[in-house]
Amino acid sequence: MRAAVLLFPGSNRDGDVARALRRSGAEVSTAWHADTALPEGTDLAVLPGGFSYGDYLRCGAIAARAPIMDAVRAHAARGGLVLGICNGFQILCESGLLPGVLMRNANLRFICHRQSVRVERADTDFTRGYEKGQAIDICVAHGEGNYTADRETLARLEGEGLVAFRYSDGEGRVTEDANRNGSINSIAGIYSPKLNVLGLMPHPENFVDEIVGGTDGKAMFDAMVASRAA
Amino acid sequence: MKARVTVTLKTGVLDPQGKAIEGALTSLGVEGVTSVRQGKVFDVELDAPDEAAAETALKAACEKLLANTVIENYRIAIRNGAGKAAPGSKEG
Repeated sequence: MRAAVLLFPGSNRDGDVARALRRSGAEVSTAWHADTALPEGTDLAVLPGGFSYGDYLRCGAIAARAPIMDAVRAHAARGGLVLGICNGFQILCESGLLPGVLMRNANLRFICHRQSVRVERADTDFTRGYEKGQAIDICVAHGEGNYTADRETLARLEGEGLVAFRYSDGEGRVTEDANRNGSINSIAGIYSPKLNVLGLMPHPENFVDEIVGGTDGKAMFDAMVASRAA
Repeated sequence: MKARVTVTLKTGVLDPQGKAIEGALTSLGVEGVTSVRQGKVFDVELDAPDEAAAETALKAACEKLLANTVIENYRIAIRNGAGKAAPGSKEG
């Protein structure tokens, strides 16, 4: 599996996600925002967390128009894997690769804490290492993670099973209390219709090593690598 | 040519920042405020042969970048070279 981590001015979780990918056996390279092509043979393009362009205008808005994004769009159209974490999810929404928008958290606070999310389906290239309905222990750190979409889009996401994760308690119960940013239907992550593009607010790369207190993120990287083994 | 682009949240889109400002105004003793919606203003200078061309360029700017049309509306007001308000605009 060859992964390319995109680097925008202001990305700051690129090193962590690259490390998580390498631990799971991926070859990792970097793609610069001004590049017009992904590295040869890229299987997975990763848009890391951070604050691209200082969150100017709207989070992810300027990065979404960077030259490399045309290459990411073409990669996704060919069925290549794309993962956007946190600011990467915001960039995917702004670029039109995923529908909807991530607004300011409903409580107006930057939230940064451990969070359980429920795995909505375990049959994708990102989630085969989990079980459907499983609550995984993960972390969130964002000020703009309040997912919303118009009614038709939401109905399509729900109807076609494109919700990837929902904020939940430790037992996988989707409660109002667990939804700390106010996202509609407690949505923490969504897929593209072909299930090859995933955007999520939580940071799986935070929990891949016992030394930091959790390893539930590792199965996501293992699954991606296994899906493109060879 | 100078223009002002105003981007506002669509009706019905929750605006927690506007709500917070509304609450702060009330607590400051500003009376009679019943609603605040926060938006953005862009003052743009551009070279264009005429207003129609400027409007076309600015519309493209809004659609491509300045507004997220999922949640936001935009309004374009073009001002002539002397800086006076264009017809129909209240901005001077």
